[in-house]
Amino acid sequence: MKLEYTDEQRAFRAEVRKWMAENVPAEPLASFDLTREGFEAHRLWERKLNDGRWGMVTWPEALGGRNLDLIRWLIFEEEYYRAGAPTRVNQNGIFLLGPTMMEFGTEEQKSRFLPRMAAGEDIWAQAWSEPGAGSDLAGVSATATLDGDHYILNGQKIWSSRAVFADWAFGLFRAPGSERHKGMSLVLFPLDAPGVTRRPIARMDGELVFAEIFLDDVRVPVANRLGDEGQGWNVCMATAGFERGLLLRSPARYQVAASKLVALYEAHKQDLPASMGERVAQNWMDAEAYALAIYAMCSRLNAGGKIGPESSTNKIFWSEMDIAMTQTALEILGPRAELMPQAPDAGDVGDWLEDYIFALAGPIYAGSNEIQRNIIAERMLGLPRG
Amino acid sequence: MDFAFTEDQQTITQAARDMLLETCTPAGLRKMLEQNQALDAARWATITEMGLPGMLAPEAAGGLGLGLSDFIAIAEAAGYAGLPEPLVELAGVAVPLLAEFHDDRGWLARAAAGEIIAVGHAANPFVTDADIAAALLLGHGNEVHLLAPEAVVLTRQESVDPFRRLFRVDWAPGPETRVAASWGLTAERGALFAAAQMIGLGQRCIDLGVAYAKDRNQFGKPIGSYQAVKHLLASAQVKIEFARPVVYAAAAELDLASLPARARAAHAKIAAGEAADLAARSALQVFGAMGMTWEVDLHFFLKRALALKFAWGTPALHRGTVLSRITSLATGPDATFAAELAR
Repeated sequence: MKLEYTDEQRAFRAEVRKWMAENVPAEPLASFDLTREGFEAHRLWERKLNDGRWGMVTWPEALGGRNLDLIRWLIFEEEYYRAGAPTRVNQNGIFLLGPTMMEFGTEEQKSRFLPRMAAGEDIWAQAWSEPGAGSDLAGVSATATLDGDHYILNGQKIWSSRAVFADWAFGLFRAPGSERHKGMSLVLFPLDAPGVTRRPIARMDGELVFAEIFLDDVRVPVANRLGDEGQGWNVCMATAGFERGLLLRSPARYQVAASKLVALYEAHKQDLPASMGERVAQNWMDAEAYALAIYAMCSRLNAGGKIGPESSTNKIFWSEMDIAMTQTALEILGPRAELMPQAPDAGDVGDWLEDYIFALAGPIYAGSNEIQRNIIAERMLGLPRG
Repeated sequence: MDFAFTEDQQTITQAARDMLLETCTPAGLRKMLEQNQALDAARWATITEMGLPGMLAPEAAGGLGLGLSDFIAIAEAAGYAGLPEPLVELAGVAVPLLAEFHDDRGWLARAAAGEIIAVGHAANPFVTDADIAAALLLGHGNEVHLLAPEAVVLTRQESVDPFRRLFRVDWAPGPETRVAASWGLTAERGALFAAAQMIGLGQRCIDLGVAYAKDRNQFGKPIGSYQAVKHLLASAQVKIEFARPVVYAAAAELDLASLPARARAAHAKIAAGEAADLAARSALQVFGAMGMTWEVDLHFFLKRALALKFAWGTPALHRGTVLSRITSLATGPDATFAAELAR
């Protein structure tokens, strides 16, 4: 046990910090969930990252990465968030589909999709949930019907983040007549293919963060299937492990938020009751606890371990922490908590309100926290299935 | 950077844990209470033979010369077992304190060999195991004094946990009893190892609750198959999963003695206390009325967790330490580790 970086790790941090200082846009980019312009600005940022070989530092060098271990990935993420760099518009691709493709994809698929993913040429959306299949994902009814060397896709997908402007989607489909976990396949399809219709869904604050996708006889080659025919459920569960457990929510995000919260508290301390300090301290401790748990997890994975049910404990923890932290900030802001940043007297409200609204979705997406508690109870604790 | 136990650490922890779980059972605890025993002599002999009391003592004093990280998971296992003997206080608190003295008067070697030294720090006005101690380390202002049992007067203070035998100690300091000018990191080590025990206690409560939930049927099914019951236990497990790494990190960092290191120990104590508390109450809810009884074993662990939550500094005190750390020093993703902040 050694809770200290090596000189090489410190040098790596300095290198990332320098690159970020020179390259992170001075002004925040426009939202990628409101306009095509904002989306494309984020795509350009992905391209810039990739040009510096910072797109995904854990990936093999042949795919634009640096072949680094997970501790360096954490250091990269720490510097990324410290620098206030743009949110990754391709997070569904690089954090979810990418690792899944490395595990289940053919060599042809890897060389066809991963370099374009790394370069931001293809921005990916996830197409799993359906109006009738949310927590019960095995209830999806969209079909992939084999027709020679093609699949014909039909059905409706929903809650697909970034899908309004994205280029490709990875979707969960079933063979006609198959039931539940059997007969599912993960199929990749272009979002501009004939027969695909996208309809944006406005979030409660007006941002178009997700979309419905309608598929009407969409033809894609069988070569677009990731993993074996009928193995879609297993492939998805591997993706879900990355999503809940590690890559989607690196600890730096919350540690930066905790630092901002401490600064907000310090700025308003003289007007606040002493109990507010304890709340801030608790939020900071939670962010530290999450970081330490992830460092321990990455140390274990570096030594050859696999992500297990702790992806579910992680997901519950970060989603609840995010809400608690943003709530504290709103309470410090008091009567200004409800003000939009453009309100004349908004002052230093910053992004806390939007962050809070986003945090509210945390216990829902990537598998609801109720489902995660079932997973913990059944797979970690060994309680009987209901 | 490697946040994992070494193979050596895992081996010694596993051996200690196996021994503790094999020899310290709830049935055994009940027998000790019936016979009014403070200490199981056979188990204490095994603990001593394994060298556990002297793990943190230098080899020159007959110890193993190991560090806090080497003992932390053993303290956790002692909590899990509900160990009544003062192994954690001796090995984790008394021995490191004696090792800091200019002149330990031979007591470090005796403690490392398993003689019990009671510690009367200001954080804990009632001294545990004072009646079976070969010597007592007591506070007078900031000073540490070493007293022989015959030089003190003990008044028993009954604890809700019958294995925590507490005493008010009346004594008089003198120049000949003074052994050190300060307690060093004793309070922090006390908090750290109380935290480790609470992680073990909390996990034990969950495991007892899980076993009962699999066995107990209502409405024709095991109660553990109902989501309301599952989610109680799962939520408690999440608390433990995010307290345990804090405890391990605190063990790895405390010797730095800096404010970030002390704040980590404070965080560990707070988080482990909350986790153990939630685990104990969740398990109690799963047991239902049976959980309130003397007959069900849960109370051994619930009561120890209750006591330790307020020993070695209350959560409120530790929150103050954390607050002073975050308002006086850098925070953020490059300010996680105490060793990096010390550079």
